Amino acid sequence: MATVESVHASSDLGLRPPIQIVPLRALPVSALVVAFVALSIGENWRWGLIFCHVAGGGMWTAVDLFVGLIVGPILGRLSVPARAEFASRFMPKMVVLMPTIVLMTLATGFQIAGALGNLTVGSPNHAWLIASFIVVGVMAVIALGILEPANIAVLMEMNKPRPNGERIGRLMRRFVYTAGVTGLMQVATLVIMTRVASR
Amino acid sequence: MTGPVESERPMPPVGWLATAALGCVIVGGILIASYAPRPAPLAVPTTLTVVAYALMVTSLVLLSRIADFAWSTFVRLFRWALLAYAVMSGMIEFAFIHDHTRGTTLTEVTLMLVIFALSVPTTIAFTSARYADA
Repeated sequence: MATVESVHASSDLGLRPPIQIVPLRALPVSALVVAFVALSIGENWRWGLIFCHVAGGGMWTAVDLFVGLIVGPILGRLSVPARAEFASRFMPKMVVLMPTIVLMTLATGFQIAGALGNLTVGSPNHAWLIASFIVVGVMAVIALGILEPANIAVLMEMNKPRPNGERIGRLMRRFVYTAGVTGLMQVATLVIMTRVASR
Repeated sequence: MTGPVESERPMPPVGWLATAALGCVIVGGILIASYAPRPAPLAVPTTLTVVAYALMVTSLVLLSRIADFAWSTFVRLFRWALLAYAVMSGMIEFAFIHDHTRGTTLTEVTLMLVIFALSVPTTIAFTSARYADA
């Protein structure tokens, strides 16, 4: 069955126009965001720091939970060509979006924590911040070491004249396996951040 | 259909070793960050950095020994990913310098960021190039 599906997937995937793996039009926007983050840190611009952290963190959590818990299961029930069509348009956007919002959130978050004194050992939020570092560390290893390489490998495979549907399916299984951990980490982030903000 | 016969041949665990190196520097980074703004004791982070370099070097040595590898695909992806992750590493380094991190701690952070900037592009480029035509 898997072989039949692979053959169908290959022939269906082979008909599409080449995918632009990194959407070049999005890069200036990403560069602007990075410049804004650098300016906010360099100038100790409190509004800029909080804006980047809240907006970036909100998007990061929302995208992870929405994709992992809502889009992912729906995608899993679609036909292989439909999945391929969706992935070819969705995944290139994630290649630029996710690193940008992660950088935006983490770089400014550390600065805000320092400015508010939450990093000092005596702060009641210190333990919560260490917990958030651990949560972010787990998410970073999953996102950077497992998901992003798979994302790009899927797009490269889909760009071949005759893509291997079975291989694409195997690479995309990584998203399913890690969705639970990522979802749990994002819920933990929500708990930690709301605890920190309410003290 | 691109059959599994040739392209699915066993490969050394280049990606997993590079990811393990990334994990080591992330743990080391968390340890250093958890002491901020005080200087952190560097014994454990240094050990983790040494382990990360050992893993990264092993990964690159194993990579260099793969016969009939799609080096053009690897280099093309590695170059662009390296650019992206060098920018990220630069931003993190900037934040640490801005927060008055100096001396040995800054050296330690810089060494960790080098691993960060190398490991992710290695994993990205290897994961795609292993399936590309040599």
